[in-house]
Formats: sequence, C-alpha cells, structure tokens
Amino acid sequence: MGERFLMKGNEALAEAAIQAGCRHFFGYPITPQTELAAYMSKRMPKVGGTYLQAESELAAANMVLGCSSAGCRAMTSSSSPGISLKTEAISYMAGSDVPALIINVQRGGPGLGGIQPSQADYWQATKATGHGDFQILVFAPATVQEMVNLVGKAFDLGDKYRMPAMILADGMLGQMMEPVEIPDGSDLKLPEKPWATNGHQNKREHNIINSLYLTPQALEKLVKERFERYEIIKKNEQMAEEYLTEDADIIVVAYGASARVSHSAVDLARAQGIRAGLIRPITLWPFPTDALQKAAQTAKKFLCVEMSMGQMIDDVKLSINCSKPVAFYGRTGGMIPTPEEVLDEIIKLGGEK
Amino acid sequence: MTEFKRLTIILGHYGCGKTNLSLNIALDLASRGESVTIADMDVVNPYFRTGDYKELLQSRGIRVAAPIFVSTNLDNPSLPAAMDTIFEPGDDHVVCDVGGDDAGAFALGRYSAKINSIEDKEICYVINRFRSLTSTPEECAQILREIESASRIRATAVINNSHLQGLTTTEDIISSVDFAEQTARLLGLPLKFTAVENRLINELNLPNLYGVKRIVKPPF
Repeated sequence: MGERFLMKGNEALAEAAIQAGCRHFFGYPITPQTELAAYMSKRMPKVGGTYLQAESELAAANMVLGCSSAGCRAMTSSSSPGISLKTEAISYMAGSDVPALIINVQRGGPGLGGIQPSQADYWQATKATGHGDFQILVFAPATVQEMVNLVGKAFDLGDKYRMPAMILADGMLGQMMEPVEIPDGSDLKLPEKPWATNGHQNKREHNIINSLYLTPQALEKLVKERFERYEIIKKNEQMAEEYLTEDADIIVVAYGASARVSHSAVDLARAQGIRAGLIRPITLWPFPTDALQKAAQTAKKFLCVEMSMGQMIDDVKLSINCSKPVAFYGRTGGMIPTPEEVLDEIIKLGGEK
Repeated sequence: MTEFKRLTIILGHYGCGKTNLSLNIALDLASRGESVTIADMDVVNPYFRTGDYKELLQSRGIRVAAPIFVSTNLDNPSLPAAMDTIFEPGDDHVVCDVGGDDAGAFALGRYSAKINSIEDKEICYVINRFRSLTSTPEECAQILREIESASRIRATAVINNSHLQGLTTTEDIISSVDFAEQTARLLGLPLKFTAVENRLINELNLPNLYGVKRIVKPPF
C-alpha cells in the first residue's frame, strides 16, 4: 500500500495478517471482533487464500492447529467468550510446538458479559490460555498502526520460537478508526519449517506433530526444554514504551486502550506540574520486567490502570519485588476510565509539584 | 449556507464518517432555529453511534430516534415502532444516519416505500477517499450499487467526506475533490459538498465546502 488509509482496528489486523503472509483464516463471528472476519471473507479469496467460517470456535481453533502443523501461517480471531472456547486447542498448539496467531478483541466478562471493551482477559492470556505448563507470546497494541506492526512481529516470533502468539486487543481498539500505513508484503520470504507435516515426498523421515507422550519422563523432559526456550524469550523479547519516566515520581503502568487514557492523564498531570510518567507494556508475556525494575530505582510510587478489577498489577508488583507501593485504578464490565479519573488517582497518590 | 431538504438520508461505506456528518448536519440545522429529528438507523455497528450522543443532541433541542438497545450490551438489531413516524409528513427536518454498506442499509429497506413517496428529500452517498476499500471511483460505485440494492432506495447526491482524522491536510482535501467529482460523474449524481474540518476551512480556496467538527472520537 505505502499510502495512509483510515482503517478500523479489526480491519487493520486482518489486512496486516494478509501482508504478513497469512493465507488461512478460521473463525466464528462475535462482537466486537466481527469486522475482522468480515474483512477476511472479502479479501482472502482475492489473494488466493482461505477464509473459513467454522461451525464453532472449537472447530476454528482446531483447524488452525491442523493448518499450522502443515507449516502454513494460520490464524483465528475472537472475543473473550470465544477465546475461552479456543483455549483447549491453544494448549494443544503449545504442546505440539506449533506457531499460530490468535487475536482476542476483549469484551466485558465473565460469561457472556457484554459487548463493550474490556481488559479482563489478562490473566487468561498471560497465565492460563489452556491447561498445562506453557506460555504463549502476548502482544498488546495501543494504536491501530501498532496493531498492524505487531501482527507481523507475532507471526515472526511465533515461527522463530515455535509457539502460539496472541494479540490482546480490546473492543475500543478493534472498533476505532485511525490512519494507518500497511507494509507491502509482496516480497515477503517466510522461514523454512523443516518440522512441518507437509508431505515428505519420500525424501525425508516423516514428521509428527503431537502433544501426547506415553511416559512421564519424556513429557517432563520436553516441558523443561520448552521452559528453557521461555527463559531466552524473557531475556530477548520484552517490549515496553516509556513516556516521561526519567524524572517521574509516580509512574502509571497501563497497556492497550488504558494506556491511551493514561497517556492523556500523564499529560494533564504534567500540565499541573506533577511529575508523572507512563510505562506501557507492549509484550504482556514476556512481561517487560526490565523497564519496571529500572523505573523502580527512581520512581516513588506506581499506579496500575486497567479495564478490569486488577490483573496486570500482580506482574507489576512481582517485577519490582514490591519495592515500591503499587496502587490500582480500574473500570470494568465494558466501562472505560477517563483521563480525568486517572488524573484524580495520580493526585490522590500525592503527586508532587 | 448549505441547503438541506426536509429528509436527508446519509448512506455509505462503513467508517466513511456518516455518523459524524449526520451529527454535524443536525446540529447545524438546529442552530438555524429549525426543528430537527435525527434517526440512528444503524443496526450493525456496536460502537461510535449517533445514539451515543443523545445528551448533546437533546441539549440542542434535537429529537433522537434510535434502536431500543443502543449503547447497551444487547447486540440486538431492532428498531422501535416510533421509527416509522419520522417518515410521516411534518415540519421537522429529519436526518437519517444509516448503517454502513449493504448490511447496514438493509434496515432502511423496511421504510423504502414511504421514503420513495416523499418529494422533499435528499439521499446522500458519503465517500471518503482515505478509507480502505473505497479509494477509487469504481470501488465507490460498486458499494453504492450494493447499498441501493439492499435498501431499495436510490442515492440522489454525493457528499465528499474525505479525511484522515486529525492528520488531514489541505492537500488531502484538494486531492480528494478531484476524486469526488470523478465519482459523482461516474454515478451520474451531483456533488453536494466537500465536508472539511473547521480548522482547515479558512486555508482552502475551494467552492462548495461544508465545515464540520470532529464529534465522534474515542474517549482519550
């Protein structure tokens, strides 16, 4: 493309995936994610790809497992309740060392909850996207342009580390429109996948994609190897944006749409002479502990802002070993905090002029 | 001063800016002392809707007709019975903000017989060159054909609403006018006006501009 266009977050996620070489989308509609699937249904046939609306979220996620096993860049997308249904297959992907992209455009929960934006799936995304000992890569964009950029990154790192990757967005980011530039993926070279079950042509041993192990010793060894890989990822792949943190007394920690709100709140605080700053985690797993540890050396207090009852706050406290007080402000159920509300919390924490 | 018919229907591609334009037209007419009703006829879009601005509109004396479950968690595509009455003869100016694409315009088909029998009306097809999938006159024509087929209503004018939100420059507007004229010619329709954010309007020496405010935006 090269030119800037106005796109909804959901559409931009879809187009970015196509430009990142994804030709196989398996989904099932749910608000506020539906435009992503609708866009794929229009675009995939034009680029020789597959758009398939499955009979359920479970089926869609298992189709991704199969398609990724064959070495293709495959993805699915949904919103909170739909992601819960996909978690069994995500666990199987992790247990089979298969990369795939899963997009969660979060809405209010638990249960059917509501269709307004939320960030209450943080725990699910970063701690337990299914049963068993495993992690997935989790990216949290805060602008429509960043959604585009992180889709390519999620596919690349998923392939590199052979693990599922998730874009954890929310209804606000999915539904809002912003100008974006989509990279042109026509010259893209995808990595070789010698492990894929894509036909051995009698030229090599056949590959097996599997998550069942008949002896506990074999399974323990494999899980331990996987966790060694996770340590490398934690060391190399943390991403965070730091905004006015250097001289900040109070540092707000927020991701996604909450970070947009908090960014405005920090600006309001600075306009009043309060030394506030923002750390915006871009990777939620691996969590950007390095950025937080560095900030904890100079900041006096932290304020975690989320569209939930407080989930990421656990990781903030762990990252800094509770060395500084960490307060929380959140709205939930589909409500979005306002910059003024966050400013009030900063002032309550005694932000000094 | 831009003239409006008694009934103005705003149609177009998803995200071309129909709601923001509808709100501006309704507020403009109200500021001229006209009696105005705005109808949120979008049954497909969950966020960023005319119904979300009910307080602002009502504070200016504008009546708001909206789906019963607008701005709630109920994803229920239903319109109230009272929606029927806005197409009855009366003195009010009525501005109808219709859902995007053919899917969104489908609900309008329910009222097509009534609408088609109204003389004093304008069916405006809104285009935005900077919106993905509608950057050529041909793509715009294709989408209008789908909308007209779903709604059983024919557009009578084109409105150029090309913009890139806060990043729009005067050059963007100038380049979009050419595109809008080509689109209007292809469709055989007049170009009603080019909508321009108020901050840019004095820098542009173009005929037929309509100043608008950015009302529809995220809460940060």
